[in-house]
Amino acid sequence: MLNDAFALAGPEIILGAGALVLLVLGAFLGRGPVFSLAAVAVLAAAAVDAVMGPMGRAFSGGLVADPISTFAKVAIYAASAVAIPLGDAWMVKRGTARFEFPVLVVLAALGMGMMASAGDLISLYIGIELHSLALYILAAFQRDDAKSSEAGLKYFVLGALSSGLLLYGASLIYGFAGSTRFEVIAQVVQAHAGAGVLFGLVFLICGLAFKVSAAPFHMWTPDVYEGAPTPIVGFFAGAPKIAAMVLLARVLTEGFGGAIEQWRQVLSLIALASVAVGAFAGLAQKNLKRLWAYSSIANIGYALVGLAAGGQAGVQSMLMFMVLYTIDVTGFFACLAALNRDGKPMETMDDMAGLMKQRPGLALAMTAFSLSALGLPPFSGFFAKFYVFKAAIGAGGYMPAVAVAALVGSVVAAFYYLRLIKVMWLDEAPGATEAPAGGARVVAYSAALFALPVVLVALKGLDLLSLAAAAGLGLH
Amino acid sequence: MLQAIAFYLLAAGVIGAALGVVSARNPVHSVLFLITAFFSAAGLFVMMGAEFLAMLLVVVYVGAVAVLFLFVVMMLDVDFAALRQGFARYLPLGGLVGIWLTIEMVFVSASVARDGAAGKVAGGPQAASGDVTNIETIGRVLYTDYIYFFQAAGMVLLVAMIGAIVLTLKHRQGVKRQNIADQVARTPAKGMRIVGIKSGEGIEA
Repeated sequence: MLNDAFALAGPEIILGAGALVLLVLGAFLGRGPVFSLAAVAVLAAAAVDAVMGPMGRAFSGGLVADPISTFAKVAIYAASAVAIPLGDAWMVKRGTARFEFPVLVVLAALGMGMMASAGDLISLYIGIELHSLALYILAAFQRDDAKSSEAGLKYFVLGALSSGLLLYGASLIYGFAGSTRFEVIAQVVQAHAGAGVLFGLVFLICGLAFKVSAAPFHMWTPDVYEGAPTPIVGFFAGAPKIAAMVLLARVLTEGFGGAIEQWRQVLSLIALASVAVGAFAGLAQKNLKRLWAYSSIANIGYALVGLAAGGQAGVQSMLMFMVLYTIDVTGFFACLAALNRDGKPMETMDDMAGLMKQRPGLALAMTAFSLSALGLPPFSGFFAKFYVFKAAIGAGGYMPAVAVAALVGSVVAAFYYLRLIKVMWLDEAPGATEAPAGGARVVAYSAALFALPVVLVALKGLDLLSLAAAAGLGLH
Repeated sequence: MLQAIAFYLLAAGVIGAALGVVSARNPVHSVLFLITAFFSAAGLFVMMGAEFLAMLLVVVYVGAVAVLFLFVVMMLDVDFAALRQGFARYLPLGGLVGIWLTIEMVFVSASVARDGAAGKVAGGPQAASGDVTNIETIGRVLYTDYIYFFQAAGMVLLVAMIGAIVLTLKHRQGVKRQNIADQVARTPAKGMRIVGIKSGEGIEA
């Protein structure tokens, strides 16, 4: 009985034990390239275990291993594994590399994996806290930099507020449903979704909306993205959001499947607000990290449209969207992390002037990411949005109208992506850029290759995998 | 009868102290009010038969958290009068949110009054049977059913610890520290030199 449970918790055990061993090794031997590689190996082992391991529920429903958790875990662990060498190289260059960085990423991945397979309000909360705490520390990792410290503190204070909202919602749900397990909550909601449970659900959604930086809970995003170290921002924008979106999908479909009409309204509202805020506020941004913060707010809006559509198609579209978007955003921030001029990072729109002449490779990659985020047809972002809008239109009701409104938002957002491309291709450069670091370039190029030609091949496989994952939630 | 009196006394204590926390001008008074609120809440827990939770509240919140607050508040040299200046400016918006939440809570309470809260579902929380104490009940599930959550909570604390070290520990150069091993290992051969001095020539530099 207990052995089965441990087998189901394989990825968590590997990550937890791996983090502890790495911590001891780091404290005694210090950091180095081998140390980072070991952390990547731990993540890879956990991903393999997630794929090979058995499916089922363990620890009285606290841990669920099913196709969607496997899908999410592989994506999360992969994004975390990419972040380790990227961040390490960036910090080595600035002389601030420390052995705690890979350990914290592994611990964050552990928390995100727990979120992806949470079947109980307690594991939901612990997973969120575990990964959030690690992220707060990572945001403030450049502790001698005032902006980085500010980012960490802001993230921490607002994250604590969101945890408060979430816990209040969870306590209401527990009080009214009589259990913290999603299965039991589902029975109660199916029988009679009373005001108390729904009140709790709204708070729970608000708390999670904070974590995925959906409007109107997005205020922390631009400041944190601007202040935090660039490669770490690429990590922030990808893996934690996949985890939170999968968690949201599981809570809503497994726990509150009977109240879909109620949560669909809330999600549609949040989604449209996010798309609008991301599109319009992004227009005024000069700093590229802030710009992509607003871009990520808008993109979470599209993912939420997919989730609000509900059903298998909705969850599938959300999974597709999050994976394709994560690859885009990781690649873009890898480009940003690689670019320096006169010893300073190039972070503003003006810095990018003439990049096409100086660094044609990186400029082409950034063009690909921008066009993909814009949703231009052959790029990966187009297929991501295609799935979302198809799911929304298929859902009927008022969802097609929501999809159209979101589409209008993406047309507005197109302006800032195109402006970035114009600045890179047509404007004159103010000075020479420094040679980019090798590791960041590899990540940027491979993500860019994925964004255009590879995605056309990979799409078929992703489609099948995400469909199987969504089917695992027991939807039709 | 006696129970009802105790309940109303304690409940009034919690609410009054909570009001005191947010309305007291002096932050030290605020923390003291907070401690009063914790004590009254602990009393309410005892009345509900949750004596372990009551003790936990006193030991953890009063003993550790609130006292820590008190230290922090006393050590910080913040001009609290300046912090309160925005009060009137934010009052309309804050008041609106507060009223909105109150209305919603009234709705929720009304629905509880009408339909009742949880407890009708199979698998819902069970009251501890008479012959088993709170602590025994928790002990039975903490390391069995809840082992996963328990271990994960341990990981959360580990992350907090790593964070405190990462963000604050600085290895300063040039600080002279006592090294006991060096001191003990010192021998007369290493520690002193015997020099023969001829009279009238002084000591070599």
